[in-house]
Amino acid sequence: MATDLYQEIILDHYKHPQGRGLREPFDAEVHHVNPTCGDEVTLRVSLKDGVLADVSYDGQGCSISQASASVLHELLTGRPVAEAMSVLDSFTELMGSRGQLEPDEDVLGDGIAFAGVSKYPARVKCALLAWMAFKDATAQAVEQGSDA
Amino acid sequence: MTAVTGFDAEAIRKDFPVLARTVHDGLPLVYLDNAATSQKPSVVIDTLREYYEQHNANVHRGIHVLAEEATALYEGARDKVAAFVGAPSRDEIVFTKNSSEAINLVAYAIGTGSAGFPALGPGDEVVISEMEHHSNIVPWQLLCQRTGATLRWFRITDEGRLDLSDLDTVVNERTRIVAYVHQSNILGTLNPVSPIVERARQVGALVLLDASQSVPHQPVDVTELGVDFVAFTGHKMCGPTGIGVLWARRDLLEAMPPFLGGGEMIETVTMESSTFAAVPHKFEAGTPPIAQAIGLGAAVDYLSAIGMDAIKAHEKALTAYALDALDEVPGLRIIGPRTAVSRGGAISFALGSIHPHDVGQLLDEQGIAVRVGHHCARPTCLRFGVPATTRASFYLYTTEAEVDALVRGLHHVAKFFG
Repeated sequence: MATDLYQEIILDHYKHPQGRGLREPFDAEVHHVNPTCGDEVTLRVSLKDGVLADVSYDGQGCSISQASASVLHELLTGRPVAEAMSVLDSFTELMGSRGQLEPDEDVLGDGIAFAGVSKYPARVKCALLAWMAFKDATAQAVEQGSDA
Repeated sequence: MTAVTGFDAEAIRKDFPVLARTVHDGLPLVYLDNAATSQKPSVVIDTLREYYEQHNANVHRGIHVLAEEATALYEGARDKVAAFVGAPSRDEIVFTKNSSEAINLVAYAIGTGSAGFPALGPGDEVVISEMEHHSNIVPWQLLCQRTGATLRWFRITDEGRLDLSDLDTVVNERTRIVAYVHQSNILGTLNPVSPIVERARQVGALVLLDASQSVPHQPVDVTELGVDFVAFTGHKMCGPTGIGVLWARRDLLEAMPPFLGGGEMIETVTMESSTFAAVPHKFEAGTPPIAQAIGLGAAVDYLSAIGMDAIKAHEKALTAYALDALDEVPGLRIIGPRTAVSRGGAISFALGSIHPHDVGQLLDEQGIAVRVGHHCARPTCLRFGVPATTRASFYLYTTEAEVDALVRGLHHVAKFFG
């Protein structure tokens, strides 16, 4: 039921997004859309010595997609890239679990609230939108860094 | 009870098995997603079963009982569809996969050309509108990219009507075809035909009408409309998926080049070249959707027996009722015409700042099926400054009680996210 999907944590992040707004400086910016529903996110990453100095974002979409971006910001900002990628993998795995996985709060923090979303195939893409954008932006930023 | 005398939606509901099912552990299904696809009456489901159980064979070939029966049923469906839309000849009904294929067929023909059907080129213009479904935008964009022709469009007024104030400049001597939607799938707007046809005739342009949302819901007579092409699809009118229709004037069909090549559509074939079958078979390459066409024929019989005038009147009364009822929901904004005049029973709206996905999810949990998103009409959403809408769409079996359930459901959604 609704409380499965719309955990209090998700509604909190939706109503009070953390770190929202695009900020300077940044090393890569991407714009991802969910073509079936029109959810959009623009996301920037700023890298400093292999650490995510900032993950900033802006977007429009449903509570799930926007709350997910807020959680991502909170979880990953300030982390080394390798560590962030491992959190990303855990979150992606959780979203693919169809409700069968017990999420690890030590790894995913508020991200565990999205466990219920994984039972709704149509909404998994909403939850993953910002994370896929993050993956893309970080890959670009890392590549640029290695070119320099 | 419905507002239309003699029309018994409750009785009609019994013809549709799926409407009796429950969802989410016992909630009655309130199906308000008819603009996406309609449900199927038993008579259509039974027709499909009977065809496969008793008559299945390939058509137009084979000298045996089943082949002859299958061919008679398939061609009989063409007769039914022709009569349903007032086609002057059964040969003007081309079976396609869906409306999209029908529109692509015309776009291909006009881009390729043939003797008596000049190909599009630079300097030519194609006119569509801002309220089209993507299926009546993308084929024309592709066509214009391929040929160097220019794409133009009518805009939408704030009320959700087609803005025809610049009709005489948008449709001009360079216009080769005007392709637009008869009834909008997202706004519900029923668009005028005669002023556009009249202007198109002045400049020698063809007119294609995307009637995917009108043929299922009101009487449509292609001769009366006076257009050149009409596209519609079976699954939105109680028929199966995988079957659509292109109606076109016979002289045009005869002049147009074939779209897909293959079996069925030829007269003779040598290793060097081929000649083509007469219309409509020239446009039906390969084994057609036989069962689906026959199922569509059954759907047409079903709708005709109830009467398209009666269905139209029922939906109009229901739409007026729903527009009034939705108006009472705090923060709800209708996107599209706010009165039941020249509009059909597809109602899009925004509920405060709550995202349509969240609205749709919470309605679903109450057993209410609506569509959320851009409805394959993203330019219309952009025009109204929304990323998406929530859309409730009705059909002959929709009741006032279901509209009431929707309104109650929306109050719950507003409270949840409030």
